[in-house]
Amino acid sequence: MSLAHDARVAVRPAAEAQRPAQTWPEVNNPAAWIVAVILLIMPLIANGFFLIEIFATTLILGTIALSLMLLAGYGGMVSLMQLTIAGFSAYMVAVFGISGNANISLGWPWWLAVPMALALATIFGTLGGALAVRTEGIYTIMITLAIGAAFYYFTNQNWAIFNGHTGINTVGTPHFWGVDWRADIPFYYIVLAVGALCYFAVDYISRAPFGLALQGVRDNPRRMAALGFNVNAHRIAAYAVASFIAALAGVLQVWNYRQISPGSVSVNACIDILIIAIVGGITRPIGPYIGALIFVLLRTFALDFLVKIGLDGNRFRLLIGLGFLAIVFWSSDGVIGLWQRWRQSQRRPADRPGGGRSHG
Amino acid sequence: MTRFVERHPAWALIIIIAIAVALWLIFAVWPPGLEEAIGRKRVFLNALFNGITLGGLYFLVASGFTLIFGLMRNVNLAHGSLYLFGGYVGYAISASTGSWILSFIIAFILTALVGVLLQVLVFRRMEGQDLRQTMVTIGLSIVFADLMLWACGGDFYQIQTPNWLIGPIELPLITAVKSSGEPVYLRYPAVRLVIFAASVVIGVAMWLALNRTRIGMIIRAGVDDRDILAATGVRIQLVFVLVFAFGAGLAGIAGVVGGTFQSLSPGEDIRFLLASLVVVIVGGMGSIPGAALGALIIGLAEQLGSVYIPTYAIVVTFLIMVLVLAIRPQGLLARR
Repeated sequence: MSLAHDARVAVRPAAEAQRPAQTWPEVNNPAAWIVAVILLIMPLIANGFFLIEIFATTLILGTIALSLMLLAGYGGMVSLMQLTIAGFSAYMVAVFGISGNANISLGWPWWLAVPMALALATIFGTLGGALAVRTEGIYTIMITLAIGAAFYYFTNQNWAIFNGHTGINTVGTPHFWGVDWRADIPFYYIVLAVGALCYFAVDYISRAPFGLALQGVRDNPRRMAALGFNVNAHRIAAYAVASFIAALAGVLQVWNYRQISPGSVSVNACIDILIIAIVGGITRPIGPYIGALIFVLLRTFALDFLVKIGLDGNRFRLLIGLGFLAIVFWSSDGVIGLWQRWRQSQRRPADRPGGGRSHG
Repeated sequence: MTRFVERHPAWALIIIIAIAVALWLIFAVWPPGLEEAIGRKRVFLNALFNGITLGGLYFLVASGFTLIFGLMRNVNLAHGSLYLFGGYVGYAISASTGSWILSFIIAFILTALVGVLLQVLVFRRMEGQDLRQTMVTIGLSIVFADLMLWACGGDFYQIQTPNWLIGPIELPLITAVKSSGEPVYLRYPAVRLVIFAASVVIGVAMWLALNRTRIGMIIRAGVDDRDILAATGVRIQLVFVLVFAFGAGLAGIAGVVGGTFQSLSPGEDIRFLLASLVVVIVGGMGSIPGAALGALIIGLAEQLGSVYIPTYAIVVTFLIMVLVLAIRPQGLLARR
């Protein structure tokens, strides 16, 4: 509760100032245009390794974390099963589509397998959400963590559908219009398109009547119920939307690695998504992507960095854990919050001579 | 008890029939038809005893978790790490001194100390901020897991069972009758029975301490309303530290137990965290009898499930949780 609460206080003035003037605040923000252009021309700048291992992975993880941000930031529900939903969708793509494990995969073409996976994963996430909303607040974390962990152990145990701990390998990727869509550059653009779509969808939801009602439910469920809103229906609907977003990212993830195994849906991976969202900041849709970029950069380069300063290169998770602790201790709104605070402290000396804010 | 029968006669009847069937399955000599249908009685009894003793272990882990949550509203997701830490400490002590009992004592003291440090240095600073505390415990569990991986490596460790507990003992339960008419009795590892008995003793002692002593009264009052309790002049911070230390210490003891009849390795922390989550969700947050009931149910479901429906065993555990959440979201024995 408190995380969302503190952050709310910080972010509201900015959001309110922009809301009446502009439906899409990004349009007037030069930084957003620069980022968009850089992302679009990225294949010219970065080579295959950076394009896929850093940027595409960032966008995929960021999209999964975005679904958590939607639930936690606007709904006040911290769900630890978003990665599980993505993993479920990835498994379904592998099970219904084409893969190296012919005894399991049904061999459907991708345009049938993907909608099936999306639908099933959305149903799975919505049912999990319906379960989680039966209790409130802190219990949500426990129930969703239990769901995520149960799914992990289930994939490990079950050989008939999930192929046990070896998982499903060499998953087929789409080929059409003469393009191999898993080749680096086309795949990057698919990921970018899906990421952008999800980002703007969440951005839109936050200002649409549904999103506003959801934020009302987060702030005061009893008052919203008294006003005639069905509190639980809003929460479950939020889970459904978030599940769909996570499921989209899951499809991209299985195409990216071409395999899926219990290791990809482990409890640590579920917690990584939470870390990404919290480190980036859960009050705005951009937060998860920033968090994901930091996470992926750390994961990729921590080994070299740690070895360079004379430490054991395998202590990557220690670094992540300590960084996460530091963020939780000092900033309730992740990196975005730190950035905003820094901007304010820069602005304050400039404001003071005029005295404009002193009576505010 | 009589009130429950009066209020839910149908449920009471179902429960009585279930208990009668269970007792018959345990004590009777199975007719051949039944053995053909669901396998040998020895397998069933072994799974049953494994389930009950595993339930004892789960109770040790989950009771500390639920005690800490009940009083401080702190969902300690680093509880599994405390379990694993206790297990590693116990292994180190028993390997260096050869004393099994001593490893329990040292593991309890050291994990309790970690608990005190956590409460004093970390959680006291963010009192009343449930979500932030939970985030911190997640961060701590990552840090602890990596530190323990660093210190102990990825190997499996097993704590040596003391000599006086090695080997099975014969229980007065007939598993089968030989063709000569001679009954075959169930043989079961003594160490598991002793550990189960110890966890029952700890559970009863905790119940007595909570319901019959002054400190227990303070803790129960704190569970109900800690602000009013603090206002009456009780040094609530001291109570918090004591309860956190005791809950953490229990996790440490459970680690030694788990290291004796299972094994210790990275990843066990998550397993036991999941077990304690499910146990307290089923039994009811903050309730010690709830933790006992939940631990028994989950332990039995896990063991019987892994014998009779091996690839879907975890689903049984999970379905029990779903069922409880659907019927009684606050948990079976929770008051609210």
